[in-house]
Amino acid sequence: MTAWLVRRIAASIAIIFAVVTLTFFLMALAPGEPLLGPDERIVDPPTRAELTRQWGLDQPPLVRYVKYLRQMARGNFGESFSLHRPVADALAEAIPNTLLLAGAALLIDFLVGLGLGVYQAWRVHRLPDVALSNVTLFLYSVPTFWLGLILLLVFAEWLGWFPVAGMSDPILCPTVSSFYCVMDRLWHLALPAATLGFVGAAGTARFQRAAMLEVAAQEYIRTARAKGASERRVVLRHQLRNALLSFITLFGLAFPFLLTGAVLIETIFAWPGMGRLATDAILRRDAPVVNAAVLLASTLVVAGSLLADVLLAVVDPRLRVRGTA
Amino acid sequence: MTLQAWFALLVAFALAAWAVGALRRRTARHEGGRRFFRHPTAAWGIGVLAFFVIVAVAAPLVTSYDPWEQPDIIHLKNKPPSWTFILGTDVYSRDLWSRVAFGARTSLLVGGLGMLVAVTLGTLVGAVAGYYRRWVDAVLMRGVDVGLALPRIFVLLLAIALFGRLPLPVFVLVIGFTSWFGTSRLVRAEVLSVRERDFVAAARAMGAGPGGVIFRHVLPNAAAPIIVSAALGIGNVLLLEAALSFLGMGVAPPKPSWGNIIADGAPYLATAPWTSLFPGLAIALVVMALNAVGDALREALDPRQEAM
Repeated sequence: MTAWLVRRIAASIAIIFAVVTLTFFLMALAPGEPLLGPDERIVDPPTRAELTRQWGLDQPPLVRYVKYLRQMARGNFGESFSLHRPVADALAEAIPNTLLLAGAALLIDFLVGLGLGVYQAWRVHRLPDVALSNVTLFLYSVPTFWLGLILLLVFAEWLGWFPVAGMSDPILCPTVSSFYCVMDRLWHLALPAATLGFVGAAGTARFQRAAMLEVAAQEYIRTARAKGASERRVVLRHQLRNALLSFITLFGLAFPFLLTGAVLIETIFAWPGMGRLATDAILRRDAPVVNAAVLLASTLVVAGSLLADVLLAVVDPRLRVRGTA
Repeated sequence: MTLQAWFALLVAFALAAWAVGALRRRTARHEGGRRFFRHPTAAWGIGVLAFFVIVAVAAPLVTSYDPWEQPDIIHLKNKPPSWTFILGTDVYSRDLWSRVAFGARTSLLVGGLGMLVAVTLGTLVGAVAGYYRRWVDAVLMRGVDVGLALPRIFVLLLAIALFGRLPLPVFVLVIGFTSWFGTSRLVRAEVLSVRERDFVAAARAMGAGPGGVIFRHVLPNAAAPIIVSAALGIGNVLLLEAALSFLGMGVAPPKPSWGNIIADGAPYLATAPWTSLFPGLAIALVVMALNAVGDALREALDPRQEAM
């Protein structure tokens, strides 16, 4: 188990390293240069030469790569081209916002998704299951950003229940300082988190329903019924516990989904998080920010699948015995 | 809309319904075909797909305006649905139905071809890795690990930002090249199990080369999961195209695609919601249909698994 874990972690680090290297050279070798981006057109030759030298863009890519790795080893992400500030500062501002959004979405995703999946499997092929199956199929098939727009239209524009954009009231609550401001934050969070959460929940519910039905066909469920266990005990203790095994795999896959979703949702709801930071940086060819964002994103994805594998090994005794899987 | 367009639309409906019936009759003799249509929404899925494909192919017939035509940019902009403009008009007074119909061409083409590229690549890599095993497998699958760890939306945005607006064929290729990693894992697992079966050993004993064994004997017996994942994958590519076009980095306007029509309408959401509403519904319908067909195919091809 320990040897397996060590190998698995080493492989994860190698993958992240490869991703970082790939992104670095993609940014470094691509045609064009950051100073000629669409909105920062610096025509003045002396200024350009000065900035090129200052950012080290006059050196060959390989030299820059080695420098970059050295910097990273010291935990220094470098200076952003377009924001005129250290990348680490920009990240430190954006990451908590994305974590808040993604965390709330994940909570909705798993609570609603699991609940629906279990309920649907319990009532399989009856009216509630059929109706909910259609609803989850629709939400599962809808473009996330489009659902965001529609929710925005209905709940913010027409009904006026929620704010149209942003993270907080800029005048009354620039920072979280009172109970009122916490509620204000949550109020701003509701729509973007619901959009991301419900689309995720639809997928989770479909998956969980299938997993529950697969377990329902097993012999041990029949045994549990035969020995006289109550319906509640059969569903929750025998069926759900075994179906949760495949749910753990889904948990690892939720990270990339949330990441992709966050890029679009943050754009629509003007949420100042990682997704928007990365998208803006890509458009401006701001290599230091792009490199850092891709590093973070791929770390999240790899960590998600690593976490799922470890959890599975801990929970499922069959995998523990085999050990080397 | 002119009478002729209404009539053509009616014919499109009828043709789609007929296609479902014809397919059902054609496959009724096979156990798999009956299983496919036993799925509650399979027939609906085929019908919706057939309808949108017919609309895409016959776009000039089922619409009465050119998708680029701006009849009256002052008086006819952002008009709600009416008998003349059945889905309304956008901010440039263009007929929305006509843009959605012509947009179906772009979106379905990108979805279908993008997935075709991805499935071809994924199948090749997966088959080679699973068949040769050893270091070939190790090298290819580590590459796939890296590909899966790359955040796809960032990579696509990066490619587009770095190389400027991509022409449509290149856009399709880029989507295909970044979408094959999952398929290759699936195919590899399938090939690993099929290659141990007796008929593969028999084929090799009779002197078949690796290419012949892979394409003639191994892949046909591993086809079921590939087909299912392709059907489900087209939907994913459609959603991806829509997302990229929405961010203004996919299909370039004025060429309509469902994603960039939604983007066109987004700033006027409060006053003219139909512009964003209808193309989104079209995407949702097609992706729902693809998911339904994918589920039904899974049940038809692999009866052991319960549908998701």
